[in-house]
Amino acid sequence: MSRQNQLETMQEISDIKRIMERSSRFISLSGLSGIAAGLCALAGAYFANNILNDYFSEYNHGTGYTDRNFDSLKIKLLVLAGVVLAAALVLSFIFTWRRAKQNHLPIWDLTARKLMWNILIPLLSGGLFILAMLQYSEWRFVAPACLIFYGLALVNGSKYTLTDIRYLGYLEIVLGLVNTQFTGYGLYFWAVGFGVLHIIYGVLMWWKYERAVVNVR
Amino acid sequence: MKNPINGLNKVFDNRVRLGVMSVLMVNEEVNFNDLKQMLEVTDGNLATHLVNLEDNGYIRVHKGFIGRKTNTTYAITKSGEKAFSDHIAALENMIKGVK
Repeated sequence: MSRQNQLETMQEISDIKRIMERSSRFISLSGLSGIAAGLCALAGAYFANNILNDYFSEYNHGTGYTDRNFDSLKIKLLVLAGVVLAAALVLSFIFTWRRAKQNHLPIWDLTARKLMWNILIPLLSGGLFILAMLQYSEWRFVAPACLIFYGLALVNGSKYTLTDIRYLGYLEIVLGLVNTQFTGYGLYFWAVGFGVLHIIYGVLMWWKYERAVVNVR
Repeated sequence: MKNPINGLNKVFDNRVRLGVMSVLMVNEEVNFNDLKQMLEVTDGNLATHLVNLEDNGYIRVHKGFIGRKTNTTYAITKSGEKAFSDHIAALENMIKGVK
């Protein structure tokens, strides 16, 4: 076989591999998205901490967790959680969209849909479960449940994107399970899981996959 | 000496057909538009090659509906899987044979 033929054959094999990879995994997920989401979470935890401090400074042992102050606390925290979630989603979308554009890949294709669907199943179940807990003023396991369901969502989604995200998922699950034994410290565990871990993960991913691209430019 | 062309499948010497098979090897079921987007080809071009693969028994076509819009999906068949694996094995042998 001639040298020319051999090169063509190798090219053909690498084309097959590339198409298989590209059609089964969403590879545009940016490390910067992780960092942005982590920063949102830390800011959110900071504000939540302030809100909780305000509440406990006026805490009345007679009425406990049943008075109107408690209802307003729940609403404040839920609104804050919604804002943090929205900010994290928008920012991480922007960075991932930017990366997809740089690589001339579609942002919304078969792989994106598969990834989204597989992440949403555990995430929505977890979200509804947590709302049900709050319905009965069962707040102690909110942070652990957030971490555990989010971790499960990442592990489930890792089949359809960068496999590294699986390890972030494992860590979130472990953190959530440990948190069940330290229920008074939910906010700290939450800040570590959604803030610190996201930032570390984001930096590592950026370093591993995107730094080279920036240097070439 | 063995002929290095042995084992290569004629059906797969076209880029689009090779691409379709690659996508369907790793995805259970893919619809027309996703294939088109993934392989960056025109409607007509893709349709022709899909008919060819179907005639060879390598892919299975399923015509469905989402609301009133048709949604045609494609999946690989057992014999398609075998033919494609054999083709890849033949390609790999060609490279090894030269070394």
